[in-house]
Amino acid sequence: MGFLSPPPVRKLPLAGEDTARVVEPNGNGASSFVSSGRRAVASTSLAVDRMQVEELSIAYGSKLAVDSVSLPIRQGEVLALIGPSGCGKTTLLRSLNRLTELTKTASLKGRITLDGDDTATFEPTSLRRRVTMVFQQPNPFPMSVFDNVAFVLREQASRRPRKRELKGAVEDALRRAGLWDEVKHDLAHPALRLSGGQQQRLCIARALAANPEVLLLDEPCSALDPQSTQVIEDLIVQLREEVAVVIVTHNLQQAYRIADYVAFMYLGELVEYGPAEQVFGAPKQERTREYVSGAFG
Amino acid sequence: MSVATPPAPKERRSARDSSASWRWTDRLGLAFAWVLGVMFLLITVGIVIYLMVQGIRFVKPEYFVTSPSAGFSESETGGFLDPLVGTIVVASLAMAIAFPVGLGVGVWLSEYGRPTWLARITESTVEMLAGTPSIVFALFGVLLFQHPALGLFSQSTDGVVYGRSFFAAAAMLALIALPLVVANVREGLQAIPGHVREASYAVGKTKIATTRRVLLPAARPSVVTGAMLGVGRVIGDTAVIILLLGATLKIVPAEGPVGELRGTGSTLTSFVFQNAPTGEANQPEKAFAAAFVLLAMVLILNFAMDVVVRRGRRLTWGS
Repeated sequence: MGFLSPPPVRKLPLAGEDTARVVEPNGNGASSFVSSGRRAVASTSLAVDRMQVEELSIAYGSKLAVDSVSLPIRQGEVLALIGPSGCGKTTLLRSLNRLTELTKTASLKGRITLDGDDTATFEPTSLRRRVTMVFQQPNPFPMSVFDNVAFVLREQASRRPRKRELKGAVEDALRRAGLWDEVKHDLAHPALRLSGGQQQRLCIARALAANPEVLLLDEPCSALDPQSTQVIEDLIVQLREEVAVVIVTHNLQQAYRIADYVAFMYLGELVEYGPAEQVFGAPKQERTREYVSGAFG
Repeated sequence: MSVATPPAPKERRSARDSSASWRWTDRLGLAFAWVLGVMFLLITVGIVIYLMVQGIRFVKPEYFVTSPSAGFSESETGGFLDPLVGTIVVASLAMAIAFPVGLGVGVWLSEYGRPTWLARITESTVEMLAGTPSIVFALFGVLLFQHPALGLFSQSTDGVVYGRSFFAAAAMLALIALPLVVANVREGLQAIPGHVREASYAVGKTKIATTRRVLLPAARPSVVTGAMLGVGRVIGDTAVIILLLGATLKIVPAEGPVGELRGTGSTLTSFVFQNAPTGEANQPEKAFAAAFVLLAMVLILNFAMDVVVRRGRRLTWGS
């Protein structure tokens, strides 16, 4: 497999230095993420089609944000959407559980199916219980750790089912998000007291609580420190067995570390879609090659 | 790879040092702002301390438990039990109207606001209410509650509606408190980042469930602030009380059901007005004592509000 030569690394000026320097990579590839640090890729033979995006176009007013994109979303794989800012990747992600509908000017063409059913025919609330989302900023609800998860399991605004009946399900969701051991004694504490990384894992637990088919992650680590990022990345890789995972990320290294499939978008178009090794290692399109080697974006 | 060794940091200048380079106009501006700020502080503190010191000399415990009575000297005119009760009753009644209505309007303006033209009209109406002098509300209330159709809210004799009662005063005071509740509820809701709402929708919650369980709890400090500012305005208002509460120092119940609330009475503000040296009763010691109690109530309210807001603001999201 023909790996690229490592991309040049642009260094920001340090105090006292006038200009940014471009550090040429040395030959052993230490400054490049391609060819190193990739997790052991498990077989993706388990992969099951969950969602299918067909000829999807989304416009805000007259501005086209996503231009006839088609791709499959499979359980057993992590799909990473990458591309420069404004390329439509977040819009695409938000359209999967119809959050785009909250933007008044947004209009949508094409079809998205979930297990064969057109998502447009779903009640938005029931679709969003099956396709849940985690956001860039950790945003636990202003209630206890327990209630954050229980809120999702309860009927809309009611307090039923009661706490006792939900204990098992809440514990299960917190365990799946790898948070249980850290919070099991503080379930009654306000969720906003947790650290940023814990808050984000609580958001993931919340998103998993309803046992969704698809988990959408919109740059879930961009507000977190490297350690929390690591924890969440490991978590995402584990989760792909039980839920289809789609992640939007600006961080190419992250996409390389955790994704099985990568979709590169540029100006609303899906430029390239393929296995992570191929997109990063041997991109077929010139624009992909330029982007993953840091030429633009 | 070239390893960059960071250069020795330049000697840092603190913010204070850096003002050495200020122009003299900037310095003058700063000095001016500082002097005005301190002056404002001194005047406020001065008034509060003066009234406290003046008032506390005259406050006697028995004033809290004796009703006002007619008399010529300070020892004959009784206490301010009725005005104290009146203040509490009128404030509770007014907030019982203003709080739910204000909460509803605030939520609607912030979270729904459809159709836009209606929201815009509502907004400017609320702002207009906030800018209207309370004596205007009072006058309007007098006309309104004298109407025979609203006769059940006050005492009527031989078909003539008196139009003055706790109900009438509270209804008009509610209009004074309403804009404060609306503005604070709205501000509190709008300060919540959009992604928090979306996070709730993204796990399948409806807008109503999101508002009730996520947004309103998050906006609680602002909601409490609005309510307390409203209470502060209501217990401090005099014009509405004098025109609409009937200017009887004692609580005089009307005949019929809930007679007390349909009857007339006074509050601490109207009591101070009556007993001030320029008032009809002219019992300055009583006036100072009542003013002290009123001031203490407002200060305690502000302090409580501060505590609630501080506690609430500690836990919040990044934007």
